[in-house]
Amino acid sequence: MEHYTMNLTLKVWRQKNKNDRGGFITYKVKDISSEMSFLEMFDVLNERLIEESEEPIAFDHDCREGICGMCSMYINGRPHGPWEGTTTCQLHMRAFKDGDTIVVEPWRANSFPVIKDLIVDRTSFDRIIQAGGFISVNTGNAVDGNSIPIEKAKADDSFAAAACIGCGACVAACKNSSAMLFVSAKVSHLALLPQGEPEKKTRVLNMIAQMDKEGFGGCTNTGACEAVCPKEISLDNIARLNQEFIGASVKTGK
Amino acid sequence: MLNSKIPAGPLENKWKNYKATCKLVNPANKRKMEIIVVGTGLAGASAAASLGELGYKVKAYCFQDSPRRAHSIAAQGGINAAKNYQNDGDSVFRLFYDTIKGGDYRSREGNVYRLAEVSASIIDQCVAQGVPFAREYGGLLSNRSFGGTQVQRTFYAAGQTGQQLLIGAYQALERQVALGNVTMYSRHEMLDLVTIDGKARGIICRNLITGELERHFGHAVLLCSGGYGNVFYLSTNAMGCNVTAAWKAHKKGAYFGNPCFTQIHPTCIPVTGDHQSKLTLMSESLRNDGRIWVPKKQGDSRKAKDIPEDERDYYLERRYPAFGNLVPRDVASRAAKERCDAGYGVGSSRQAVFLDYAAAIERYGKIEAGKQAMDHADHDTIVKMGKDVVKEKYGNLFDMYEKITGENPYEVPMRIYPAVHYTMGGLWVNYELMTNIPGLYCLGEANFSDHGANRLGASALMQGLADGYFVIPYTIGNYLADEIRTAAIPTDHPAFAETENKVKDRINSLMNIKGNRSVESFHKRLGKIMWDKCGMARNAQGLKEAVEEIRALKNEFWSDVKIPGGINELNPELDKANRVADFIELGELMCLDALDRNESCGGHFREEFQTEEGEALRQDDKYMFVSAWEYKGDNKWDLHKEELNYEVVKPSQRSYK
Amino acid sequence: MSVRALFLCPNLQISSTTMTWKHIFTSSIGKKLVMGLSGLFLITFLIIHAGVNACIWAFDHGEMFNKAAHFMGSTVVVRIIEIGLFAGFFVHIIQGYVLEVQNRSTRKIGYEVKMGNKGSKWYSRSMGLLGTLILLFLILHIYHFWTPSRLGGLWNIKPLQPVSYEGGKEIHNLYAEMIAVFSDNLLVVVIYILGCISLAFHLLHGFQSAFRTLGLHNQKFVPLVKGTGAAFAIIVSVVFALMPISIYLKWVD
Ligand SMILES: Cc1cc2nc3c(=O)[nH]c(=O)nc-3n(C[C@H](O)[C@H](O)[C@H](O)COP(=O)(O)OP(=O)(O)OC[C@H]3O[C@@H](n4cnc5c(N)ncnc54)[C@H](O)[C@@H]3O)c2cc1C
Ligand code: SF4
Ligand code: FES
Repeated sequence: MEHYTMNLTLKVWRQKNKNDRGGFITYKVKDISSEMSFLEMFDVLNERLIEESEEPIAFDHDCREGICGMCSMYINGRPHGPWEGTTTCQLHMRAFKDGDTIVVEPWRANSFPVIKDLIVDRTSFDRIIQAGGFISVNTGNAVDGNSIPIEKAKADDSFAAAACIGCGACVAACKNSSAMLFVSAKVSHLALLPQGEPEKKTRVLNMIAQMDKEGFGGCTNTGACEAVCPKEISLDNIARLNQEFIGASVKTGK
Repeated sequence: MLNSKIPAGPLENKWKNYKATCKLVNPANKRKMEIIVVGTGLAGASAAASLGELGYKVKAYCFQDSPRRAHSIAAQGGINAAKNYQNDGDSVFRLFYDTIKGGDYRSREGNVYRLAEVSASIIDQCVAQGVPFAREYGGLLSNRSFGGTQVQRTFYAAGQTGQQLLIGAYQALERQVALGNVTMYSRHEMLDLVTIDGKARGIICRNLITGELERHFGHAVLLCSGGYGNVFYLSTNAMGCNVTAAWKAHKKGAYFGNPCFTQIHPTCIPVTGDHQSKLTLMSESLRNDGRIWVPKKQGDSRKAKDIPEDERDYYLERRYPAFGNLVPRDVASRAAKERCDAGYGVGSSRQAVFLDYAAAIERYGKIEAGKQAMDHADHDTIVKMGKDVVKEKYGNLFDMYEKITGENPYEVPMRIYPAVHYTMGGLWVNYELMTNIPGLYCLGEANFSDHGANRLGASALMQGLADGYFVIPYTIGNYLADEIRTAAIPTDHPAFAETENKVKDRINSLMNIKGNRSVESFHKRLGKIMWDKCGMARNAQGLKEAVEEIRALKNEFWSDVKIPGGINELNPELDKANRVADFIELGELMCLDALDRNESCGGHFREEFQTEEGEALRQDDKYMFVSAWEYKGDNKWDLHKEELNYEVVKPSQRSYK
Repeated sequence: MSVRALFLCPNLQISSTTMTWKHIFTSSIGKKLVMGLSGLFLITFLIIHAGVNACIWAFDHGEMFNKAAHFMGSTVVVRIIEIGLFAGFFVHIIQGYVLEVQNRSTRKIGYEVKMGNKGSKWYSRSMGLLGTLILLFLILHIYHFWTPSRLGGLWNIKPLQPVSYEGGKEIHNLYAEMIAVFSDNLLVVVIYILGCISLAFHLLHGFQSAFRTLGLHNQKFVPLVKGTGAAFAIIVSVVFALMPISIYLKWVD
């Protein structure tokens, strides 16, 4: 792989706190190596800002391995930037070239209010899980793991849905700010397993009710969420969610 | 003398007897008992959920925005359990034995046996929660092998085992939050421990959004705050991993056990330059199928594919024929370092070795061809089929490698180098996981743990969940049963006020330094000292220098650090400064501990103590103990020793040949 | 579950017993279910309508077409279905607008750089706009044909001319009306064609989306439905568009 360095113009959303109006500030960065990760490029900029006695740009990140779901930047009109199936932290600078202008914004949705700069509040996702995204089994009650055989294909599908990292890119990408891909990933993960069967109905009804209460929009099947999801969670999960919801509604409605 | 409170009796009965005789708290009283759980990784989330289920009033804390993001999420390879589903001779005893041996005979028999005993229940519990472990076509659970063992006992979910286990624990936790049994405080960082009459009674934490300091009371406090590998700046740990919670407890009197025992993982993506902010692990499971090699010629700069087979040195297979590429981590890491130091390294930095999948791809391809009765498949077809198999097994790891390096590991061998990965050291705890401060417990990677001087792969997840799901629910009752008469202490108690003031003062003094250097620059310098002098190989001379350098660095930090922003707002630089200040102090203790331990064992390799073949040389007669350090004020520590008694296993020189 | 837990966590209150129809249809999925079902209902209507339209290519001076059209208005059953049809339109339109407004309000502050077509098709994001165009077209269309054929003679509405075949009963000569409307009015023809194009894109997304909303996720059927949807969207719209074109260009007389 050939390495190169580049000079870039960054336009970054800065907002002091929740109540501040915020706006874009432009920065020039020099000698960025193509081997850096996108966040390392931000580290370089932040170090410079500190040197210049300015406040560094606040952004969420932790694992920098694409798995914790903390990083969340909307880069040049796409959540997590230009690479498919990639989180912001795994995006590397070889995706850009010398002279590029990069616009960086926070996730935008009423249900994800900005806390500071590029950091948003995603606790609504936790509350959706609280509404039913679990299997009610207390510690110590379990039977032997192999006493519940599960068809491999189903286990694999369940795993693929469970791979969701709760980053919220799906919401950020959706024109309706719908959290349906996130919710469907959890509903599918659990509904596909026999262990999830007993609570199947209440789970989906309660999770959807909570999602609505949090102010996320409805799904219109545009597929933007699937396209930007770093874990490539399939749109099929949303269809499965619909099916689960309809089934549960019909069977439990008065 | 330290009392580890290991129950008497034969190894197999210790835990059984303990459970049968420990004190219990009745349900009505449980409702009145408040428990603080700092950290919601595997250890913390499982503990908080289980204690909530039991009816305790739990308060849980994490510095991320959600408990689901704890560093445990990043664990890739798998979790061990003595299930013997593969019929390959595994048993509780064998898992126990492997762990003791893997830890180079520096862990407690009683604890490790208990760990092996409860390991099977962990898998059952996780399956019941809906953790989608990998399965065979028959619908049963699948296993893979990991370093340091000769059986297949590792359960996994592709390369995302930690994620799936944590999501399971997180969901159990959120369920308890919904039921009102657990109150979750995310984006909160514990900055000090409150003790009253010698007992742990609460914490002071900072609301990371508003900057406000908060006081929280608990009848007991559980620290599940993870490992401190980030003291090296570069490590495979998440950026936020820190020692602060444990360190604050240490300064309040909790002993720090074996601080110098650090695990360097052999297979990580090498450093590319000064901008490097963290290192990425390539799961140990890759050593199952990958072969590690360097050129036989020094300074060979040919491309891997241009180096013929007979000019390659598969040095692990050569040196350790019995375990080959699956030797334990410490052994594999040192072997890589040895080759690179001797001038055989590859890549532009020469600080890397090859991890090659060509042979595995061909082998799997042939098996596939066999399965499909394609006896005369040509080479390309075989390779293609082999790649598909490898993709199914390790696809996400290969993708990750490609994203970071821009190289396609299906085509060219990966370049890897050891990196700091795990800390076996941590707060000293007894059999009940209680530190020497009554009511203060420590679980998961944060305690000095069951792994001795080296942890075997897939055992950290096991330990974290064992601690949280199956140990603490019993042992905490034994303490709280005597606390039922203690009413909740109001947080205007002078001890809370005093501790909060101290925290406030420290934050103020940090902010008022207004120096010239960023927190990051100090962290980098600390990391370099630690890596160079207290890393994969250590010697007395270097360690002494390191202690001096760290002390100087500490002075410089406290006079020249520059923290922009304010106190009463979200301020990541201030958070980092708090953590780095603690890392600096810890670094000093680690070097002192390494200096004190005149032997090589597990991850602690003192160059003065090695066999002629370069293997670690223990000094069992002198160092068969846990070093538990007591803080005695700036730069001063007292050493307490906990003797290790081996009643069942006979320590011998570890051999993987 | 304890009372306290219920109190602390109101979201757990929707247990299986309180899930009423209202809950179902006011939830986000329920709302799109309404869109999907009404949409599918309208799709069945399109099939019939396109079938009737196709009768003009019998080249019999509109006899078959007029008979078919007459049948569509003659029996009580069909009349009742027609009411259902209006209800379907009504629900689809109202719910569509409600959803559009609600969904748009979920992001008060928008992006500087829009996502645009990165990840989704423009028409899937423009169902409201396309629907509106179709609605405008629909109003014109109703004014042109439905009004005179159903309400002709009432108030001041000009009735359609009568025609009778083989001495049978007199029926409306809708065909003649069509010739009159389209023969030399280019503007109307163009509006009709634009309406049909809007319909095509609306269906291109709507058809498969309706099935998805109903829960279709089987990998064998999803491509099938997508393919059918695309074919349907194109065929139906082309059939509709060809009618004014055929008349304007005098392919039929
Ligand atoms: C890349 C990688 C791969 C790994 N793979 C494996 C594997 O395959 N198998 C295996 O067995 N092990 C593996 N490990 C090791 C294992 O993941 C960890 O040891 C284990 O997950 C630690 O869990 P924990 O619960 O103790 O701590 P963590 O998961 O680190 O959680 C710490 C928690 O404490 C909180 N916290 C910390 N400080 C504070 C504070 N001051 N105030 C409030 N909250 C605080 C954090 O927010 C977090 O919630 C791997 C480790 C790494 C780095
Ligand atoms: S579904 Fe994908 S985009 Fe949405 S939260 Fe999960 S991982 Fe992120
Ligand atoms: S920082 Fe964890 S996913 Fe990006």
